[in-house]
Amino acid sequence: MRLDRLPDRYTDTSAYSYHVDTDWYADLDRFRDLLSDDWPTADLADWHAAQSFLSQEARLIDQGRFGDWLDLFAGDGLYWIPVTPGGGDPRREVSHAFDDHRRLTDRVYWLRTGLASSQLPPSRTRRSITNIETVDTPDGSRLIRSVFVIHENRAGVTKTYSGWYGHVLRPAEQGWQIRLKLVNLIDSEQYHENLTLVF
Amino acid sequence: MLTEQHLSVEGSPGPAADRDRWSELIRRDRVHRTLYTDPTVFDEEMVKVFGGRSWVYLAHESQVPAPNSFISVRMGLRPVIVTRDRDGALHALFNRCTHRAATVCREESGIAKSFQCHYHGWTFRNTGELVGTPWPQGYGDLDKSQYGLTVVPRVESYRGFIFGTMNPEAPSVDTWLGAATPWLDYWIDRSPTGEVVVTATAYRMGYRGNWKLAYDNAGDGYHPSFSHRSLLDMASRMGEAKDMSYFGRTPDDGPMKAYALGHGHSAIDQRPAHAGGPGKFWEHQRPQPGRERFEEEIRERHGDRADALLDLSIGAQINLSIFPNLLLIGNQIQVIEPLAVDRTQLTWHATTIGGVPDAVNTMRMRTQEDFPAFGEPDDQANFEEAQRGLAAPEAEWILMNRGLDVVGWQHVDGHGVTVTAVTDELHMRSYYDEWQRRMGGES
Repeated sequence: MRLDRLPDRYTDTSAYSYHVDTDWYADLDRFRDLLSDDWPTADLADWHAAQSFLSQEARLIDQGRFGDWLDLFAGDGLYWIPVTPGGGDPRREVSHAFDDHRRLTDRVYWLRTGLASSQLPPSRTRRSITNIETVDTPDGSRLIRSVFVIHENRAGVTKTYSGWYGHVLRPAEQGWQIRLKLVNLIDSEQYHENLTLVF
Repeated sequence: MLTEQHLSVEGSPGPAADRDRWSELIRRDRVHRTLYTDPTVFDEEMVKVFGGRSWVYLAHESQVPAPNSFISVRMGLRPVIVTRDRDGALHALFNRCTHRAATVCREESGIAKSFQCHYHGWTFRNTGELVGTPWPQGYGDLDKSQYGLTVVPRVESYRGFIFGTMNPEAPSVDTWLGAATPWLDYWIDRSPTGEVVVTATAYRMGYRGNWKLAYDNAGDGYHPSFSHRSLLDMASRMGEAKDMSYFGRTPDDGPMKAYALGHGHSAIDQRPAHAGGPGKFWEHQRPQPGRERFEEEIRERHGDRADALLDLSIGAQINLSIFPNLLLIGNQIQVIEPLAVDRTQLTWHATTIGGVPDAVNTMRMRTQEDFPAFGEPDDQANFEEAQRGLAAPEAEWILMNRGLDVVGWQHVDGHGVTVTAVTDELHMRSYYDEWQRRMGGES
């Protein structure tokens, strides 16, 4: 359901997710397919804007500014790390993260409690993002596809995660909001220790 | 290999007839650290606890739904293929070519009437028989009946749960499940049709610690108030305490109980914390994606049945531990897969059920994502820190004495099941009895 049609009592999407309905799931199918298409080469200005957006988002995460990162998301946005690389069907499959705005607010709150043993000490991360492609859709959304490598150090152990991001952005009053951040780990269905870092 | 010596311990041993070589290491109130750190103990466990005399969980029948389907699993460290033959019968075959040991199946699951080894092309039926070797003249008169894949000699299923044993003389699975059976039945019968389906995706979570740390924890009602403070704190973000908050206030005075079910099996029953009829599981669940619209639609369409359907999208509110490797937690089938003395994989299989609207199964996916994201990682962090602590040789013991000899905690019910307070470490004491039986006798 569109956010501008929500009943009054459900407009706070950090507390309610009335908008998560069959249409919202159908949008995910559409996004997943669009993010797997071949795209034309982007204009330099669009490419530059896309790469700037990704770099800024990455810096917020790597600096642990999770509240600021949360503010990038639209009220009907989703932070999604599927177990099936590329997406799968979330109606019949679990995901490592399937965070609507409320659950993402929970996640940021959880990270900040200082009580999560899995984040004591917290993960230190730095990520490289390359192979950036972008295209605009007729409805005004902007799609970005990129490849990431994340280095994480926690409790004396350094680990590497790699895969590709798919972003669906929606124009906001200033800049863009994240409607979908899809994180595809190349080994998402395999053995992992402690996936509580932010991807 | 350098192994750790079993350090001498204080106290006089019991009568010789009652002792075996483990009796100094497993006391009534404590267990020795080397059971978690000694690679030779681990090697023996992989033969005897995950094999030997008794049953081990292998797979769920929904993972091999059709004739000639198969799935790759582990039985301890043994690579095993669970197959369904063309007539529907279940088999468990060592995934190990009789010839020069290479695995004959390298797919996780699929359909196959036979398996051909990639190395030299030996081909085996999905029941294990050798059907062909390339250029057989090189073997003279090869008796193919002697060279089939090694098979797990007994494979039995209880209502979809497939177990195997290396012991041809083992009692039946039904007998061995014993007092755990009604708990398993409750879990299965939450499905209106009794149909439970393991979904295509699973979490393969791992930690750098011994496999028993997971088993110790699964029946532990003592840890949630502390280990899961991050989750409990998060659950109160919107003011109203939900979820496992009922563990937070002196859980031993509350209605929840723990049960020692024999053969190392145990259960924690959280259902009494949700008394009051249908709809309480749902009411007490912290909100998950889509909750409000889902509830509205279920209530509109299903009338009197709505509360029951809403509850089915929430976990079963029991933790059932079937020794040594099957844990039913919430709606998930969790399998303990030891990899090394200090490395373990915990595979969490999500489940859907028959006889409910699709929306209920979708909401089950959302609720089954919650604890693996915000609960289990904290448990596994503590398992890893326990393994680090166990490196200290002079601090020899892990305690399991909570509840031991406490007046008024334990009683035996009419079925021979010991019932006790939810934070009692009885589950550890009782599974170590079974562990010792499996590991005892000839070395």
